[in-house]
Amino acid sequence: MASQKERPKNKPPLLNEITKGVLRENPVFRLLLGICPALAVTTSVENSLGMGIASTFVLLSANLVVSLLRNIIPSKVRIPAFIIIISGFVTVVHMVIQAFFPDLNESLGIYIPLITVNCIILGRAEIFASKRPPFPSVLDGLGMGIGYTVALVSIGLVREVLGSGAILGFQFISADAYIRPLMIMILPPGGFFVFGILVAFAQKLSERIENGSSTGDTDLCAGAVNDRSACVICGGCSLGDRAKTTPMDPEQAKHHKRGDSE
Amino acid sequence: MREFLIILFSAILVNNFVLTRFLGLCPFLGVSKNIKTALGMSYAVIFVMIISTAITWPLFNYILYPRDLAYMQTVIFILVIASLVQITEMFLKKLIPPLYSSLGIFLPLITTNCAILGLTILNIDEGYSFVESMIHAVGAGIGFMLALVLFSGIRTKLEHSEVPRMMQGLPIALVSASLIAIAFYGFKDLIEQLFG
Repeated sequence: MASQKERPKNKPPLLNEITKGVLRENPVFRLLLGICPALAVTTSVENSLGMGIASTFVLLSANLVVSLLRNIIPSKVRIPAFIIIISGFVTVVHMVIQAFFPDLNESLGIYIPLITVNCIILGRAEIFASKRPPFPSVLDGLGMGIGYTVALVSIGLVREVLGSGAILGFQFISADAYIRPLMIMILPPGGFFVFGILVAFAQKLSERIENGSSTGDTDLCAGAVNDRSACVICGGCSLGDRAKTTPMDPEQAKHHKRGDSE
Repeated sequence: MREFLIILFSAILVNNFVLTRFLGLCPFLGVSKNIKTALGMSYAVIFVMIISTAITWPLFNYILYPRDLAYMQTVIFILVIASLVQITEMFLKKLIPPLYSSLGIFLPLITTNCAILGLTILNIDEGYSFVESMIHAVGAGIGFMLALVLFSGIRTKLEHSEVPRMMQGLPIALVSASLIAIAFYGFKDLIEQLFG
Protein backbone atom coordinates (compact mmCIF):
# COMPACT_ATOMS: atom_id res chain seq x y z
CA MET A 1 0.00 0.00 0.00
CA ALA A 2 2.63 2.45 1.15
CA SER A 3 4.95 1.93 -1.79
CA GLN A 4 2.04 2.38 -4.15
CA LYS A 5 1.22 5.63 -2.49
CA GLU A 6 4.80 6.93 -2.56
CA ARG A 7 5.45 6.27 -6.20
CA PRO A 8 2.28 6.60 -8.19
CA LYS A 9 4.32 7.77 -11.21
CA ASN A 10 5.82 4.33 -11.62
CA LYS A 11 2.51 3.10 -12.92
CA PRO A 12 2.00 3.53 -16.64
CA PRO A 13 -0.14 6.66 -16.97
CA LEU A 14 -2.62 5.05 -19.33
CA LEU A 15 -3.26 2.17 -16.97
CA ASN A 16 -3.78 4.77 -14.28
CA GLU A 17 -6.64 6.29 -16.29
CA ILE A 18 -8.47 3.00 -16.05
CA THR A 19 -7.70 2.04 -12.47
CA LYS A 20 -8.46 5.41 -10.91
CA GLY A 21 -12.16 5.06 -11.71
CA VAL A 22 -12.45 1.73 -9.96
CA LEU A 23 -11.40 2.67 -6.46
CA ARG A 24 -9.67 5.99 -5.86
CA GLU A 25 -12.17 8.05 -7.80
CA ASN A 26 -15.04 5.59 -7.82
CA PRO A 27 -17.93 7.60 -9.25
CA VAL A 28 -20.55 6.32 -6.83
CA PHE A 29 -18.75 5.80 -3.54
CA ARG A 30 -16.11 8.52 -3.76
CA LEU A 31 -17.42 11.23 -6.09
CA LEU A 32 -21.07 10.51 -5.27
CA LEU A 33 -22.24 11.03 -8.81
CA GLY A 34 -24.98 9.16 -10.61
CA ILE A 35 -26.62 7.91 -7.47
CA CYS A 36 -30.21 8.05 -8.74
CA PRO A 37 -29.93 4.88 -10.85
CA ALA A 38 -27.47 3.47 -8.31
CA LEU A 39 -30.36 3.23 -5.86
CA ALA A 40 -33.29 2.76 -8.19
CA VAL A 41 -32.26 -0.23 -10.29
CA THR A 42 -30.04 -2.12 -7.86
CA THR A 43 -32.71 -4.47 -6.57
CA SER A 44 -30.84 -7.40 -8.12
CA VAL A 45 -27.39 -8.15 -9.51
CA GLU A 46 -28.80 -8.72 -12.97
CA ASN A 47 -30.42 -5.28 -13.19
CA SER A 48 -27.31 -3.61 -11.77
CA LEU A 49 -25.12 -5.32 -14.33
CA GLY A 50 -27.42 -4.29 -17.19
CA MET A 51 -27.49 -0.69 -16.03
CA GLY A 52 -23.74 -0.66 -15.48
CA ILE A 53 -22.95 -1.97 -18.96
CA ALA A 54 -25.41 0.42 -20.61
CA SER A 55 -23.88 3.38 -18.75
CA THR A 56 -20.35 2.22 -19.56
CA PHE A 57 -21.16 2.11 -23.25
CA VAL A 58 -22.61 5.63 -23.16
CA LEU A 59 -19.67 6.94 -21.11
CA LEU A 60 -17.14 5.44 -23.48
CA SER A 61 -18.76 6.63 -26.69
CA ALA A 62 -19.66 10.07 -25.36
CA ASN A 63 -16.09 10.56 -24.12
CA LEU A 64 -14.72 9.53 -27.51
CA VAL A 65 -16.99 11.85 -29.52
CA VAL A 66 -16.60 14.79 -27.13
CA SER A 67 -12.85 14.39 -27.24
CA LEU A 68 -12.80 14.25 -31.05
CA LEU A 69 -14.96 17.37 -31.27
CA ARG A 70 -13.24 19.23 -28.45
CA ASN A 71 -11.69 21.84 -30.75
CA ILE A 72 -14.86 22.34 -32.80
CA ILE A 73 -17.51 22.89 -30.13
CA PRO A 74 -17.52 26.55 -29.03
CA SER A 75 -17.06 26.73 -25.27
CA LYS A 76 -20.19 28.82 -24.72
CA VAL A 77 -22.55 26.12 -25.97
CA ARG A 78 -20.50 23.15 -24.89
CA ILE A 79 -22.87 21.87 -22.20
CA PRO A 80 -25.92 21.68 -24.54
CA ALA A 81 -23.70 20.11 -27.19
CA PHE A 82 -22.49 17.46 -24.73
CA ILE A 83 -26.06 16.76 -23.65
CA ILE A 84 -27.12 16.19 -27.26
CA ILE A 85 -24.20 13.83 -27.90
CA ILE A 86 -24.96 11.88 -24.74
CA SER A 87 -28.69 11.66 -25.38
CA GLY A 88 -27.99 10.40 -28.89
CA PHE A 89 -25.99 7.47 -27.52
CA VAL A 90 -28.61 6.87 -24.84
CA THR A 91 -31.22 6.54 -27.57
CA VAL A 92 -29.04 3.97 -29.31
CA VAL A 93 -28.64 1.97 -26.10
CA HIS A 94 -32.35 2.23 -25.37
CA MET A 95 -33.28 0.86 -28.79
CA VAL A 96 -30.76 -1.99 -28.53
CA ILE A 97 -32.08 -3.00 -25.10
CA GLN A 98 -35.68 -2.76 -26.34
CA ALA A 99 -34.88 -5.00 -29.28
CA PHE A 100 -32.67 -7.66 -27.69
CA PHE A 101 -33.36 -7.62 -23.95
CA PRO A 102 -37.08 -6.90 -23.50
CA ASP A 103 -37.03 -8.26 -19.92
CA LEU A 104 -34.25 -5.91 -18.91
CA ASN A 105 -36.10 -3.07 -20.60
CA GLU A 106 -39.16 -3.93 -18.53
CA SER A 107 -37.30 -3.89 -15.22
CA LEU A 108 -35.10 -0.84 -15.87
CA GLY A 109 -38.01 1.18 -17.27
CA ILE A 110 -37.53 4.94 -17.37
CA TYR A 111 -34.05 4.68 -15.89
CA ILE A 112 -32.62 3.84 -19.33
CA PRO A 113 -33.53 7.20 -20.93
CA LEU A 114 -32.49 8.82 -17.66
CA ILE A 115 -28.87 7.77 -18.29
CA THR A 116 -28.86 11.05 -20.24
CA VAL A 117 -28.94 13.09 -17.05
CA ASN A 118 -26.52 10.86 -15.15
CA CYS A 119 -24.02 13.33 -13.70
CA ILE A 120 -21.04 11.05 -14.27
CA ILE A 121 -21.30 11.10 -18.03
CA LEU A 122 -21.69 14.86 -18.40
CA GLY A 123 -19.12 15.30 -15.66
CA ARG A 124 -16.48 13.20 -17.42
CA ALA A 125 -17.20 14.92 -20.73
CA GLU A 126 -16.73 18.32 -19.13
CA ILE A 127 -13.85 17.59 -16.79
CA PHE A 128 -11.85 15.08 -18.79
CA ALA A 129 -12.80 14.41 -22.40
CA SER A 130 -13.19 18.04 -23.47
CA LYS A 131 -9.56 18.72 -22.58
CA ARG A 132 -7.74 15.54 -23.58
CA PRO A 133 -7.03 13.54 -26.74
CA PRO A 134 -9.35 10.65 -27.70
CA PHE A 135 -7.31 7.69 -26.47
CA PRO A 136 -6.95 8.68 -22.79
CA SER A 137 -10.59 9.85 -22.89
CA VAL A 138 -11.81 6.44 -23.98
CA LEU A 139 -9.71 4.79 -21.25
CA ASP A 140 -11.09 7.24 -18.71
CA GLY A 141 -14.62 6.42 -19.86
CA LEU A 142 -13.88 2.71 -19.62
CA GLY A 143 -12.36 3.02 -16.15
CA MET A 144 -15.20 5.16 -14.82
CA GLY A 145 -17.72 2.80 -16.42
CA ILE A 146 -16.12 -0.22 -14.78
CA GLY A 147 -16.03 1.60 -11.46
CA TYR A 148 -19.69 2.51 -11.84
CA THR A 149 -20.62 -1.07 -12.74
CA VAL A 150 -18.64 -2.45 -9.81
CA ALA A 151 -20.42 -0.04 -7.47
CA LEU A 152 -23.87 -0.88 -8.86
CA VAL A 153 -23.22 -4.61 -8.69
CA SER A 154 -21.95 -4.41 -5.11
CA ILE A 155 -25.07 -2.52 -4.02
CA GLY A 156 -27.21 -4.95 -6.03
CA LEU A 157 -25.46 -7.96 -4.51
CA VAL A 158 -26.06 -6.84 -0.93
CA ARG A 159 -29.68 -5.99 -1.67
CA GLU A 160 -30.42 -9.19 -3.54
CA VAL A 161 -28.78 -11.44 -0.95
CA LEU A 162 -30.48 -9.75 1.99
CA GLY A 163 -33.73 -8.87 0.28
CA SER A 164 -34.65 -11.94 -1.72
CA GLY A 165 -32.12 -14.49 -0.49
CA ALA A 166 -30.72 -15.10 -3.95
CA ILE A 167 -27.72 -14.36 -6.16
CA LEU A 168 -28.38 -13.76 -9.85
CA GLY A 169 -31.79 -15.35 -9.44
CA PHE A 170 -30.41 -18.48 -7.74
CA GLN A 171 -32.43 -18.88 -4.56
CA PHE A 172 -30.48 -20.06 -1.54
CA ILE A 173 -32.85 -18.98 1.22
CA SER A 174 -36.32 -20.28 0.54
CA ALA A 175 -39.22 -18.04 1.40
CA ASP A 176 -40.59 -20.37 4.09
CA ALA A 177 -37.27 -21.12 5.80
CA TYR A 178 -36.66 -20.30 9.44
CA ILE A 179 -34.61 -17.24 8.44
CA ARG A 180 -36.68 -15.21 6.00
CA PRO A 181 -35.17 -12.73 3.52
CA LEU A 182 -35.56 -9.10 4.58
CA MET A 183 -38.06 -7.87 2.02
CA ILE A 184 -37.39 -4.24 3.01
CA MET A 185 -33.93 -4.41 1.40
CA ILE A 186 -35.32 -4.58 -2.12
CA LEU A 187 -37.84 -1.84 -1.35
CA PRO A 188 -36.81 1.84 -1.65
CA PRO A 189 -35.92 2.30 2.06
CA GLY A 190 -33.45 -0.59 1.81
CA GLY A 191 -31.76 1.14 -1.10
CA PHE A 192 -30.98 4.23 0.96
CA PHE A 193 -29.88 2.10 3.90
CA VAL A 194 -27.52 -0.21 2.02
CA PHE A 195 -26.01 2.71 0.11
CA GLY A 196 -25.48 4.67 3.33
CA ILE A 197 -23.65 1.77 4.96
CA LEU A 198 -21.52 1.11 1.87
CA VAL A 199 -20.53 4.79 1.63
CA ALA A 200 -19.49 4.64 5.27
CA PHE A 201 -17.25 1.66 4.52
CA ALA A 202 -15.82 3.37 1.43
CA GLN A 203 -14.98 6.45 3.53
CA LYS A 204 -13.33 4.28 6.14
CA LEU A 205 -11.36 2.36 3.53
CA SER A 206 -10.05 5.40 1.70
CA GLU A 207 -9.19 7.02 5.01
CA ARG A 208 -7.05 4.02 5.86
CA ILE A 209 -5.39 3.99 2.43
CA GLU A 210 -4.54 7.65 2.60
CA ASN A 211 -3.33 7.30 6.20
CA GLY A 212 -6.03 9.48 7.69
CA SER A 213 -4.94 12.62 5.89
CA SER A 214 -8.09 14.70 6.33
CA THR A 215 -10.20 12.63 3.98
CA GLY A 216 -13.27 13.16 6.08
CA ASP A 217 -14.72 15.12 3.19
CA THR A 218 -18.24 14.59 4.29
CA ASP A 219 -19.27 17.17 1.74
CA LEU A 220 -21.18 16.07 -1.30
CA CYS A 221 -19.71 15.93 -4.75
CA ALA A 222 -16.11 15.54 -3.81
CA GLY A 223 -15.51 15.83 -7.53
CA ALA A 224 -16.59 19.43 -7.31
CA VAL A 225 -13.69 20.19 -5.05
CA ASN A 226 -11.17 19.65 -7.81
CA ASP A 227 -13.17 21.25 -10.54
CA ARG A 228 -15.81 23.81 -9.83
CA SER A 229 -17.77 23.09 -12.98
CA ALA A 230 -18.70 19.68 -11.63
CA CYS A 231 -21.08 21.22 -9.14
CA VAL A 232 -23.01 22.95 -11.91
CA ILE A 233 -23.49 19.73 -13.76
CA CYS A 234 -24.57 17.72 -10.84
CA GLY A 235 -27.90 19.40 -10.12
CA GLY A 236 -27.05 21.43 -7.11
CA CYS A 237 -24.50 19.44 -5.20
CA SER A 238 -22.34 21.44 -2.83
CA LEU A 239 -24.58 24.45 -3.28
CA GLY A 240 -25.86 23.87 0.23
CA ASP A 241 -22.66 25.02 1.85
CA ARG A 242 -22.12 28.05 -0.27
CA ALA A 243 -25.69 29.25 0.04
CA LYS A 244 -25.42 29.00 3.79
CA THR A 245 -22.34 31.15 4.17
CA THR A 246 -22.77 33.69 1.41
CA PRO A 247 -25.74 33.72 -0.88
CA MET A 248 -24.42 33.82 -4.41
CA ASP A 249 -25.55 36.93 -6.21
CA PRO A 250 -27.18 36.33 -9.60
CA GLU A 251 -24.32 37.75 -11.63
CA GLN A 252 -21.84 35.58 -9.86
CA ALA A 253 -24.10 32.58 -10.28
CA LYS A 254 -24.24 33.26 -13.97
CA HIS A 255 -20.49 33.57 -14.13
CA HIS A 256 -20.09 30.42 -12.15
CA LYS A 257 -22.53 28.63 -14.43
CA ARG A 258 -20.65 29.48 -17.59
CA GLY A 259 -17.61 27.99 -16.01
CA ASP A 260 -15.59 31.05 -16.99
CA SER A 261 -14.12 31.26 -13.55
CA GLU A 262 -11.32 28.91 -14.45
CA MET B 1 -62.41 14.50 -10.48
CA ARG B 2 -61.69 11.30 -8.57
CA GLU B 3 -59.03 10.19 -11.06
CA PHE B 4 -57.32 13.57 -10.76
CA LEU B 5 -57.20 13.32 -6.98
CA ILE B 6 -55.79 9.80 -7.22
CA ILE B 7 -53.01 10.99 -9.54
CA LEU B 8 -52.26 13.97 -7.31
CA PHE B 9 -52.06 12.05 -4.04
CA SER B 10 -50.21 9.09 -5.43
CA ALA B 11 -47.59 11.42 -6.92
CA ILE B 12 -47.17 13.24 -3.60
CA LEU B 13 -47.24 10.37 -1.13
CA VAL B 14 -47.28 6.88 -2.61
CA ASN B 15 -44.97 7.25 -5.60
CA ASN B 16 -42.99 10.11 -4.14
CA PHE B 17 -40.40 11.10 -6.74
CA VAL B 18 -37.49 11.24 -4.33
CA LEU B 19 -38.25 8.58 -1.78
CA THR B 20 -39.86 5.91 -3.93
CA ARG B 21 -38.68 6.55 -7.46
CA PHE B 22 -35.20 7.85 -6.53
CA LEU B 23 -35.42 10.79 -8.93
CA GLY B 24 -33.72 14.06 -8.08
CA LEU B 25 -31.42 12.62 -5.43
CA CYS B 26 -28.62 15.07 -6.18
CA PRO B 27 -30.53 18.14 -4.98
CA PHE B 28 -32.18 16.02 -2.29
CA LEU B 29 -28.77 15.34 -0.75
CA GLY B 30 -27.04 18.49 -1.98
CA VAL B 31 -29.27 21.38 -0.98
CA SER B 32 -30.97 19.92 2.05
CA LYS B 33 -28.56 21.34 4.61
CA ASN B 34 -30.95 24.11 5.60
CA ILE B 35 -34.64 24.66 5.11
CA LYS B 36 -34.34 27.98 3.27
CA THR B 37 -32.33 26.65 0.34
CA ALA B 38 -34.43 23.49 0.32
CA LEU B 39 -37.56 25.62 -0.17
CA GLY B 40 -35.95 27.74 -2.89
CA MET B 41 -34.85 24.64 -4.78
CA SER B 42 -38.31 23.07 -4.44
CA TYR B 43 -40.09 26.15 -5.80
CA ALA B 44 -37.77 26.17 -8.80
CA VAL B 45 -38.35 22.45 -9.38
CA ILE B 46 -42.16 22.79 -9.18
CA PHE B 47 -42.02 25.74 -11.58
CA VAL B 48 -39.86 23.96 -14.15
CA MET B 49 -41.82 20.72 -13.81
CA ILE B 50 -45.07 22.48 -14.68
CA ILE B 51 -43.78 24.42 -17.68
CA SER B 52 -41.77 21.51 -19.09
CA THR B 53 -44.80 19.23 -18.88
CA ALA B 54 -46.92 21.91 -20.55
CA ILE B 55 -44.50 21.93 -23.47
CA THR B 56 -43.26 18.35 -23.81
CA TRP B 57 -46.71 16.71 -23.69
CA PRO B 58 -48.17 18.53 -26.73
CA LEU B 59 -44.81 18.26 -28.49
CA PHE B 60 -44.80 14.48 -28.15
CA ASN B 61 -48.47 13.83 -28.84
CA TYR B 62 -49.00 16.29 -31.70
CA ILE B 63 -45.60 16.41 -33.41
CA LEU B 64 -43.34 13.47 -32.57
CA TYR B 65 -45.81 10.61 -32.27
CA PRO B 66 -47.86 11.24 -35.47
CA ARG B 67 -44.62 11.43 -37.47
CA ASP B 68 -43.20 8.16 -36.10
CA LEU B 69 -40.48 10.04 -34.27
CA ALA B 70 -41.29 8.64 -30.84
CA TYR B 71 -37.77 7.21 -30.56
CA MET B 72 -36.39 10.76 -30.55
CA GLN B 73 -38.19 11.37 -27.25
CA THR B 74 -35.11 11.46 -25.02
CA VAL B 75 -33.07 13.75 -27.26
CA ILE B 76 -35.91 16.20 -27.88
CA PHE B 77 -37.09 16.29 -24.27
CA ILE B 78 -33.69 17.03 -22.78
CA LEU B 79 -33.16 19.71 -25.41
CA VAL B 80 -36.53 21.29 -24.65
CA ILE B 81 -35.91 21.21 -20.91
CA ALA B 82 -32.43 22.71 -21.23
CA SER B 83 -33.56 25.56 -23.45
CA LEU B 84 -36.70 26.11 -21.40
CA VAL B 85 -34.65 26.59 -18.27
CA GLN B 86 -32.45 29.11 -20.07
CA ILE B 87 -35.42 31.05 -21.47
CA THR B 88 -37.22 31.05 -18.14
CA GLU B 89 -34.12 32.38 -16.49
CA MET B 90 -33.87 35.24 -18.98
CA PHE B 91 -37.58 36.05 -18.73
CA LEU B 92 -37.58 36.12 -14.97
CA LYS B 93 -34.50 38.31 -14.91
CA LYS B 94 -36.11 40.94 -17.14
CA LEU B 95 -39.74 40.77 -16.03
CA ILE B 96 -39.96 39.58 -12.44
CA PRO B 97 -36.65 40.43 -10.71
CA PRO B 98 -37.82 39.52 -7.17
CA LEU B 99 -38.76 36.01 -8.30
CA TYR B 100 -35.49 35.78 -10.19
CA SER B 101 -33.45 36.66 -7.17
CA SER B 102 -35.08 33.88 -5.18
CA LEU B 103 -35.13 31.18 -7.87
CA GLY B 104 -32.29 32.38 -10.07
CA ILE B 105 -29.48 30.45 -8.42
CA PHE B 106 -31.39 27.20 -8.59
CA LEU B 107 -32.65 27.35 -12.16
CA PRO B 108 -29.42 26.48 -14.03
CA LEU B 109 -28.84 23.63 -11.63
CA ILE B 110 -31.98 21.73 -12.50
CA THR B 111 -31.39 21.29 -16.22
CA THR B 112 -29.80 17.96 -15.53
CA ASN B 113 -32.05 17.10 -12.62
CA CYS B 114 -33.39 13.67 -13.42
CA ALA B 115 -36.71 14.42 -11.71
CA ILE B 116 -37.68 16.78 -14.55
CA LEU B 117 -36.78 14.48 -17.45
CA GLY B 118 -38.18 11.53 -15.50
CA LEU B 119 -41.50 13.32 -15.03
CA THR B 120 -41.91 14.20 -18.69
CA ILE B 121 -41.07 10.62 -19.77
CA LEU B 122 -43.37 9.12 -17.13
CA ASN B 123 -46.26 11.28 -18.36
CA ILE B 124 -45.86 9.76 -21.80
CA ASP B 125 -45.27 6.19 -20.55
CA GLU B 126 -48.32 6.25 -18.32
CA GLY B 127 -50.47 7.52 -21.18
CA TYR B 128 -51.81 10.48 -19.22
CA SER B 129 -54.01 13.07 -20.91
CA PHE B 130 -52.84 16.69 -20.90
CA VAL B 131 -54.79 17.64 -17.77
CA GLU B 132 -53.70 14.46 -16.00
CA SER B 133 -50.08 15.20 -16.90
CA MET B 134 -50.32 18.70 -15.48
CA ILE B 135 -51.79 17.35 -12.26
CA HIS B 136 -49.08 14.72 -12.12
CA ALA B 137 -46.49 17.49 -12.53
CA VAL B 138 -47.97 19.50 -9.65
CA GLY B 139 -48.14 16.40 -7.47
CA ALA B 140 -44.57 15.40 -8.29
CA GLY B 141 -43.36 18.90 -7.47
CA ILE B 142 -45.19 19.02 -4.16
CA GLY B 143 -43.90 15.54 -3.31
CA PHE B 144 -40.36 16.69 -4.05
CA MET B 145 -40.83 19.73 -1.81
CA LEU B 146 -42.30 17.64 1.00
CA ALA B 147 -39.41 15.17 0.94
CA LEU B 148 -36.78 17.91 0.68
CA VAL B 149 -38.18 20.04 3.50
CA LEU B 150 -38.71 17.08 5.84
CA PHE B 151 -35.20 15.89 5.14
CA SER B 152 -33.59 19.29 5.65
CA GLY B 153 -35.36 19.56 9.00
CA ILE B 154 -33.81 16.27 10.04
CA ARG B 155 -30.37 17.22 8.74
CA THR B 156 -30.25 20.45 10.71
CA LYS B 157 -30.92 18.34 13.82
CA LEU B 158 -28.28 15.81 12.77
CA GLU B 159 -25.62 18.51 12.73
CA HIS B 160 -25.92 18.89 16.47
CA SER B 161 -25.97 15.22 17.33
CA GLU B 162 -23.07 12.93 17.99
CA VAL B 163 -22.61 10.42 15.22
CA PRO B 164 -19.95 7.68 15.11
CA ARG B 165 -16.97 8.94 13.12
CA MET B 166 -17.46 6.39 10.37
CA MET B 167 -21.09 7.38 9.78
CA GLN B 168 -20.56 11.15 9.83
CA GLY B 169 -21.87 13.19 6.94
CA LEU B 170 -23.48 11.42 4.06
CA PRO B 171 -23.87 7.90 5.50
CA ILE B 172 -26.01 9.03 8.41
CA ALA B 173 -28.00 11.29 6.10
CA LEU B 174 -28.73 8.32 3.84
CA VAL B 175 -29.79 6.17 6.77
CA SER B 176 -32.18 8.91 7.90
CA ALA B 177 -33.48 9.14 4.33
CA SER B 178 -34.11 5.42 4.56
CA LEU B 179 -36.22 5.98 7.69
CA ILE B 180 -38.26 8.71 5.95
CA ALA B 181 -38.73 6.32 3.04
CA ILE B 182 -40.08 3.69 5.44
CA ALA B 183 -42.54 6.27 6.76
CA PHE B 184 -43.64 7.07 3.21
CA TYR B 185 -43.95 3.37 2.48
CA GLY B 186 -46.73 3.41 5.04
CA PHE B 187 -48.82 5.43 2.59
CA LYS B 188 -48.81 2.50 0.17
CA ASP B 189 -52.42 1.50 0.67
CA LEU B 190 -53.65 5.02 1.29
CA ILE B 191 -55.09 5.49 -2.17
CA GLU B 192 -57.23 2.34 -2.03
CA GLN B 193 -58.35 3.27 1.47
CA LEU B 194 -59.36 6.77 0.42
CA PHE B 195 -60.74 6.22 -3.04
CA GLY B 196 -61.19 2.47 -3.25
